[in-house]
Amino acid sequence: MSEAITKTQEDKTVFGFWIYLMTDCVLFASLFATFIVLRGNTFGGPAGNEIFSMPYVLVETLLLLISSFTCGLGLLAAYRKDKSQTLLWFGATFLLGLAFLGMEINEFSNLVSEGHSWRTSAFLSAFFTLVGTHGLHISIGLGWIAFLMARIRSQGITKINLKRLTLLSLFWHFLDIVWIFIFTIVFLVGEL
Amino acid sequence: MGFLTLFAHHRGFDPILFGGQAMMVVSGILVVAALTYFKKWKWLWKEWLTTLDHKKIGIMYIVVSIIMLLRGFADALMMRAQQAMASGDTKGILDAEHFQQVFTAHGTMMIFFVAMGLMFGLINLVLPQMLGARDVAFPFLNSTSLWLFVAGAGLMNLSLLVGGEFAATGWLAYPPLSELQYSPGPGVDYWIWSVQIAGIGSLLSGVNFFTTILKMRAPGMTLMKMPMFAWSVLGSMILILFAFPILTATLAMLSLDRTIGMHFFTSDFGGNPMMYINLIWAWGHPEVYILVLPAFGIFSEVVATFSGKRLFGYKSMVGAIMAITFLSYVVWLHHFFTMGAGGNVNAFFGIMTMIIAVPTGVKVFNWLFTMYRGRVRFTSPMWWFLSFVFTFTIGGVTGVMLAVPAIDFQVHNSLFLVAHFHNMIIGGVVFGYFAGLTYWFPKIFGFKLNERLGKYAVACWVGGFALAFIPLYILGIMGATRRLDHYDASMGWQQLFIVAGVGVLVIGLGVLFQILQLAVSIRDRNKNRDTTGDPWNARTLEWATSSPPPHYNFAEIPEVTDRDAFWDMKQNKSQKAKKPDFKSFYMPNNSSGGMFIGLFAGLAGFAVIWHIAWLIAVGVAGVIGTIILRATNENTEYKMTKQMIEQERGSKL
Amino acid sequence: MLQIIYRARPIFTGIVLALARGEKLMKKMNNRDKVGLVAALVVAVIVILIMLVYGNNLQILNPKGTIASQQRDLLVFAALLSLVVVLPVFFMTGFIAYKYRASNKKARYTPEWDNSNKLEAIWWGVPILLITILSVVTYKTSHSLDPFRPIENAKNETKTIQVVALQYKWLFIYPDENIATVNYLNIPEDTPVKFEITSDAPMNSFWVPQLGGQIYAMSGMSTELNLMAEEPGTYEGYSANISGAGFSDMNFQVISTNRADYETWVNGIKHVPKSLDLDSYNELARPGTSDRENYSSVDGDLYANVVGKYMSNKGESPHKSHEGTERY
Repeated sequence: MSEAITKTQEDKTVFGFWIYLMTDCVLFASLFATFIVLRGNTFGGPAGNEIFSMPYVLVETLLLLISSFTCGLGLLAAYRKDKSQTLLWFGATFLLGLAFLGMEINEFSNLVSEGHSWRTSAFLSAFFTLVGTHGLHISIGLGWIAFLMARIRSQGITKINLKRLTLLSLFWHFLDIVWIFIFTIVFLVGEL
Repeated sequence: MGFLTLFAHHRGFDPILFGGQAMMVVSGILVVAALTYFKKWKWLWKEWLTTLDHKKIGIMYIVVSIIMLLRGFADALMMRAQQAMASGDTKGILDAEHFQQVFTAHGTMMIFFVAMGLMFGLINLVLPQMLGARDVAFPFLNSTSLWLFVAGAGLMNLSLLVGGEFAATGWLAYPPLSELQYSPGPGVDYWIWSVQIAGIGSLLSGVNFFTTILKMRAPGMTLMKMPMFAWSVLGSMILILFAFPILTATLAMLSLDRTIGMHFFTSDFGGNPMMYINLIWAWGHPEVYILVLPAFGIFSEVVATFSGKRLFGYKSMVGAIMAITFLSYVVWLHHFFTMGAGGNVNAFFGIMTMIIAVPTGVKVFNWLFTMYRGRVRFTSPMWWFLSFVFTFTIGGVTGVMLAVPAIDFQVHNSLFLVAHFHNMIIGGVVFGYFAGLTYWFPKIFGFKLNERLGKYAVACWVGGFALAFIPLYILGIMGATRRLDHYDASMGWQQLFIVAGVGVLVIGLGVLFQILQLAVSIRDRNKNRDTTGDPWNARTLEWATSSPPPHYNFAEIPEVTDRDAFWDMKQNKSQKAKKPDFKSFYMPNNSSGGMFIGLFAGLAGFAVIWHIAWLIAVGVAGVIGTIILRATNENTEYKMTKQMIEQERGSKL
Repeated sequence: MLQIIYRARPIFTGIVLALARGEKLMKKMNNRDKVGLVAALVVAVIVILIMLVYGNNLQILNPKGTIASQQRDLLVFAALLSLVVVLPVFFMTGFIAYKYRASNKKARYTPEWDNSNKLEAIWWGVPILLITILSVVTYKTSHSLDPFRPIENAKNETKTIQVVALQYKWLFIYPDENIATVNYLNIPEDTPVKFEITSDAPMNSFWVPQLGGQIYAMSGMSTELNLMAEEPGTYEGYSANISGAGFSDMNFQVISTNRADYETWVNGIKHVPKSLDLDSYNELARPGTSDRENYSSVDGDLYANVVGKYMSNKGESPHKSHEGTERY
């Protein structure tokens, strides 16, 4: 199998994955546009600045940024064929991502228990959906990291695993960028 | 909505609904029985269901599309019958709600499951050969796309059997009508999830073909040496990549509104239905060009081949495609000038819309000048082309009229509009795809279609089209709005509706001729066998292989030196003699993964429609599990050696 | 004169269509093709007959209002302008297909000739020119015929009528006269009418073709449409957007009369027994079709309340019910 992966095929896959990421970008853009349109439509429910806690979101942001950094270190280690370092850094990425996801779920459940669920207003529907879609992507990313780590443990850093790690890091960095936009548009502007 | 109410139907017994159900069940049983009797299950599984061969995938797309076309056409017949009858106190054959479901199903089916399916089918059939490639960029993804498409189509058909209702909202399901408050039944959910699942398949196909075109061309084939069909597909795929994610997001939001009580598009709680209308058309307008660009590409190939002449104004044509691709993103608001966005906004979108007419018109002139000083052979693909020029031009004119906001206020949502877009979609898209199917049929199946019956079909389609839609233009001018299940006799509309009904019967005759054409051609296949691989004296690379091509398309990848690569090879025989060195290559193994992904996605969709939590979990887990299984499969490809190729050739002889 | 030519336009189109298709079919002209030619001619004849029979019923082409007249003229203009491209295309298609048929070995054959900047300049240039002309017209009329734009230079002062689209009927409120009607309305001729339009149901579209184009009726907002009838008469009004099962019955009539008749009518309505308060409004707003109704008085805030209850960011606390009507 691995010898079948010629240079052009690898090119093709990475290229195709970039294209997929572009489409994901458009998907998020639609959700952002909707969020911006519906931001003021609180219909008597709370506005953003009443429910967001900036320090909390900052911690989330930091976790994700650091995870992007460890993900990059992991990929570098993989290119050096350093199996244990690769596992270490991707393990760190996984834990950081998991912590981020945990914080997000915690924030969501707090909001719901305070009576501010997605049913309350269009603003909250858009908020939960936009942030939740990012969270869903993070969950998929976590599953992917876990899968690849298991593969690398058993098979080592084969050509195909290396290719998949490359795609995974693209995905993970992409999610980081999306989060920066969420941080700015949802939380920073919401604070104003 | 419990599971027990699944089979109940709130309107009691309905003979038309029952007829549809019975027909589906009976034909299903017949197919299963035939497969069993002829012991074809293994063949079906090995040769078709699990294949990753793009040509077979293309054929399956087309088969599903044609079945859906017949269903969509049955809907058209019902609509025409209803409107021809329901004048004054006569209520016609359908009640209001059922009629509304029928036209919703008609639009949804024709766009998503007929036009899209035929398009992907045709692209699959020939694009890789045209580029001199052995396969698409991602064969497994290709099969996944197909099965998501099939799952969507299946879900839509299931709405007839389980629950007995489809959306009654119009094919784009505008909220707040499509919200739970006004449409509490499962119909809109069926609409959402059949479109959503098929749409994700289309999105993946977009990634696949875009990559194929940019990364898999034969050596020497620069972008500006690419056949025009490939260019048109490239434009179409760019549109898919930017438009379909919007559809995915929009449908997801509508579903969240309906399923867990969000308020994106509800009229109260701060929801904004206008946002939906903006988003759905930000997808919907590019969608029209997604469909019509490949049709333009087909005509470019057909006209050049049957005029025995190089395509006129190649650079201009490429520019026109790219201009249309770009412009189609900045016109969506023309679908709702009547929302009252104000003079400047309306004028901007109106003018942008008119500008699209320029590159489109340029293409028509270039085709005409491809024929000019050529040797034009009037085969049935050419008949489709000439019919297209007339119908499409009329559609273009009414389109420019609709693009002027002040005129649009008068004809928006009238039958004038309905006639206009059928002019574009039947006259443009459908005629184009039929031309393509006739043109490439011998390449894929090894024998030509009967020409005489093909021409009868064209004549019926064109004549029937005129009879069916010219009355609708007039009715629109008379003030008839779209989607009426009955009208006052005093309006004086009935005679025109009857004429339109006759028109649809004439189109039906055309469809019968096409079915007959297929049957007769299969009967006479030995007479019309194409042994050369090039039955039309054509110009592009797909004709350089045998008919049908081997599953790997090319044993040796050809080298391209000219735009009309195959024509060039035929002219310069010396070059053809210089055989490139053979290198062994890899082909994908069969895989049932795509089918299981489709199956589980369909299950998940069904579960969301009926709020069955555990089944949603099963569906989602099934999709994830299949992907993991596929990712751990080490045996996805096999090596083709020279020996194997010679062996295969030998066994064929 | 223009009017006659204009009305006959589809006839011309039909003839051109038939001729062009005839040309296409003439290439071999055996019996089979003759049948096709005859079929095309039959289509053309049917088209002509339809035009003759329905000439007077074509509402958009028989405007009775200032706005509709201008829109009609615009439609005619756009159609004629596009003929500049369409006729040559039809002619060229027929001519080229016929002349360069494969059996005509006398015709010139240049298989490698695939480019001519001069020719390309023509068919990029001419459409661009036409579209430029039409763009200027579009820009101007998008403003002059903007539905929100008040009608100027009229003899009489503008009258306001509020319109509420319901499932499946139209409510018309006359705020100045303090009366209301359902599914029909009277307006004085030569008087600009400003319709303020909203919906207490799924989106709809308010359309009276003989008076002028339509605009959407949407909940939570008020759109405007300015129309003026130029002569007395009864004009059909339509609901142009699907709003549920009964929407085909959502028609209404606009009755234009002279001033005096209008005043008489208003006085008559003022004496009908029914009045429109919140209760009777809620009754009316229930899904279902309706006959014509008259109300001698109307709760003054009704329209504002109907619009307001869907406003997106009002200060009220959120509500559990989807109905919402009990809120005022």
